[in-house]
Amino acid sequence: MNATTARDRPQPILVMHQVRGGYGDADILQGVSLAVMPQEIVVIVGPNGAGKSTAMKAVFGLVRIRSGAIVFDGEDITGWSPDRIVRRGISYVPQVDNVFREMTVHENLEMGAFLSKGDLSAAFDRIYALFPDLKAKRHALAGDLSGGQRQMVAMGRALMLEPKLLLLDEPTAGLSPKYMQQIFQICRDVRDSGVSILLVEQHAKQALAFCDRGYVLATGANRHEGSGRELLEDPEIAQMFLGG
Amino acid sequence: MMEFLNFYVVPGIVTGSVYALGAIGITLIFGILRFGHFAHGDLATSGAYLALGATALLGLTPWAALPVAMVLTALLAYGIHRLFYRHLESRPKILTVIASLGIGMMLRSIVQVVWGVDPLAYGSGIARAQAFGPLMLRPREIATLALTLALVAALLAFLRYSKWGKAMRAMSDNPDLARLCGVDNDRVTRLTWFIVGALAAASGFCLGINTELTTMMGWSAMLSMFAAAVLGGVGRVEGAVVGGLVIGLAEELSVLLVPGPYKSATAFVILLAILLLRPQGIFKGKVL
Repeated sequence: MNATTARDRPQPILVMHQVRGGYGDADILQGVSLAVMPQEIVVIVGPNGAGKSTAMKAVFGLVRIRSGAIVFDGEDITGWSPDRIVRRGISYVPQVDNVFREMTVHENLEMGAFLSKGDLSAAFDRIYALFPDLKAKRHALAGDLSGGQRQMVAMGRALMLEPKLLLLDEPTAGLSPKYMQQIFQICRDVRDSGVSILLVEQHAKQALAFCDRGYVLATGANRHEGSGRELLEDPEIAQMFLGG
Repeated sequence: MMEFLNFYVVPGIVTGSVYALGAIGITLIFGILRFGHFAHGDLATSGAYLALGATALLGLTPWAALPVAMVLTALLAYGIHRLFYRHLESRPKILTVIASLGIGMMLRSIVQVVWGVDPLAYGSGIARAQAFGPLMLRPREIATLALTLALVAALLAFLRYSKWGKAMRAMSDNPDLARLCGVDNDRVTRLTWFIVGALAAASGFCLGINTELTTMMGWSAMLSMFAAAVLGGVGRVEGAVVGGLVIGLAEELSVLLVPGPYKSATAFVILLAILLLRPQGIFKGKVL
């Protein structure tokens, strides 16, 4: 047993069990099962069209689920609406259009806490401590920021309500390697602060190297799972889409 | 110079204020609800006549009747949404656009049935203009400008600082993300119609008190209001204000260059030019 499994606690924070579903009549997900443990970074990788993003959106109630179940923190959330899921403690960062471009960085974060009625100053302090770059840019419009900074705004917004689980859809898409490493480092910091992370990644090699555990999806179903290292070293996976 | 200021610039700014108040509504509806609202002119007409009704029934002065008309028109706008537009929400937006044309006709017809088709006025008597240096301003002109300034300032402050104002901006900016943040779509829509209806009433009232009340007044002014909204940048409140003033001034000043009957074509020329040359408008709004 390696270090990753030793970290595992008995109760997973999120379980997807044999989920089938999609957007129209066709099911993109053909039976996806996965689990995320508390304080764990789990990555979903797979070739294009494997249903990675769809699997993640299913957790957040953005996909019609035909069968299967999604259990979060001991409660069945299958078929819940996104705003109910947000209240329950899951935040989602879409891959594109994930900031309010015409609003300032500060206002973007504020929108992340829209459902909160209390004082937000502690939440702002927490997010600005996590993303010092954003504090300097707090009055800039999000649309004027670089791609990496915009991704930070999106993550910061999602973290305002202190979710237990953060869903990230390809957070490093289109970013330079420098920003990619920075985003990964922030993910680790977020995890260490007590939040579990489920993310979809196109950069499979880098993502598997940094995550705690990974799932390989193909044609809408699980193909492999294991620690990042195990998956990286599996020759079949390497051949499948990691480019050898 | 004095003649230029008093006969062209002052009326231009007054007309521009009327357009600005209307254009704000058009731009908010386009930004948040994503359709061109062609009943907007007639909503303004309704507001103007509701104020007239309040002066007659409640014995109020015209300016005291305005708040009553604003509230009633806000309710009217929301009612129209509930009765008609809401049922088309999941359909292509062009259906709502066409429906709004029909709603406009309906509102105009109701006004004609109730108040007749002859021009009316809020009150009789000639208002004497006061001199402010070289400027000659009538009290109703001063009041129109003050009202416009106050309403715009209040709206901008609301959008900038209040929780639901920010929610409206968020919905205009990125509706999917706003929903992910837990913003209640219905509540933002309701709020938008209340604000838009109240402003439309103010616009129609100002037009009526500075000229006269006719059942076609809003319909005739609507092209200029749309031009103002597009010129300022669709979705931009401050743009609608600037656009309204520019269109109002341009219409009044056009008389210096072309015969009077072409006045109302000015807005159309500006609208075409802005769509061709800078479709995002002065303030970088949404591209139609």
